[in-house]
Amino acid sequence: MKQFFLFILIIGLPFQDVKLEVYDYDGLEPLLHQKDDKVHVVNFWATWCGPCIKELPYFEAVNEKYKEDQVDVLLVSLDFPSKYETALKPYIKKHQLKSKVVALNDTDQNRWIAAIDENWSGALPATIIYKGDKRQFYEKSFTQEELETEIKQFLKK
Amino acid sequence: MKTLKLFSAVVLVFALSAFTINTSDKGYNIGDKATDFSLENIDGKMVSLSDYKDAKGFIVTFTCNTCPYAVAYEDRIEALNKKYASQGFPVIAIMPNNIDVKPGDNMKSMQTRAKEKGFTFPYLMDKDQEIYPQYGATKTPHIYVLEKTNDGNVVRYIGAIDDNYQDAKAVKVKYVEDAVDALLKGETIKVAETKAIGCSIKV
Repeated sequence: MKQFFLFILIIGLPFQDVKLEVYDYDGLEPLLHQKDDKVHVVNFWATWCGPCIKELPYFEAVNEKYKEDQVDVLLVSLDFPSKYETALKPYIKKHQLKSKVVALNDTDQNRWIAAIDENWSGALPATIIYKGDKRQFYEKSFTQEELETEIKQFLKK
Repeated sequence: MKTLKLFSAVVLVFALSAFTINTSDKGYNIGDKATDFSLENIDGKMVSLSDYKDAKGFIVTFTCNTCPYAVAYEDRIEALNKKYASQGFPVIAIMPNNIDVKPGDNMKSMQTRAKEKGFTFPYLMDKDQEIYPQYGATKTPHIYVLEKTNDGNVVRYIGAIDDNYQDAKAVKVKYVEDAVDALLKGETIKVAETKAIGCSIKV
């Protein structure tokens, strides 16, 4: 019997609740315009997106490294809702992501891509760095060095 | 209240875009002449736009096997070809990725996928990756509707196929169909450019 519970516990582990907030664009929007003194790094990614996965550790690294400097990383997943349980949550758990992960589920792409940034063609990955009214949009992949260079622009007074 | 919010957001976006200078000088804008090409099809033959003597235009679609957004649209791309090839607007699909980065997009995989899905349109490979940058395609899927004129193939629509990448049944606006229908009727295209989410083209 004890073994049975252990078994349940083990197979239950991957499903253990990774909390995932899911937003439509109106729900996400405030997170893209927080009025505080922090440098916000917002990365749009998906578990199936090769270049996104490649650069994800760099975002995790800067989140850790610049914590003291009030840098806050937000990972916005564009995984399809059908993949939240089978791909996204397991990924978050497996890689023990420390940065906050939310999911954007809004099919009206023509509206929110332009609203996030007029110059975004819609290709993943994409990143916004902002602090107060200063903001920069990047439709590109980063190396950790490039990412740190950009963040430092925002750290300077 | 929600509609009001939505409405204000849309108005805001329009207002903002009115003051935004489009700094992107890469690729085509509406009204530009699109280049022809000679690219290898999955049957081994080379395909050019000029091969289509009777075409009135083209639905040039940058797509691939490996991007979930592109996969979500496969059936809808096939439906576009079924509906419009006979009316003079065939779909020409082009796979733009570097296959060293995305082996799942190699010619053999393209052939397999086309067979599985029963594609009736040419599925070409931009092997030297020289065509997609001229169009300014950045992702898959990315659509260019061209109109054949005496002066060449003119870009009339750029962007998404429709307004719901997740669910074909929930689509409200069919951008590409609306654009082609307008061209067939000789009317002005109401929405000539849209934004589409997609996978960056792998270089």
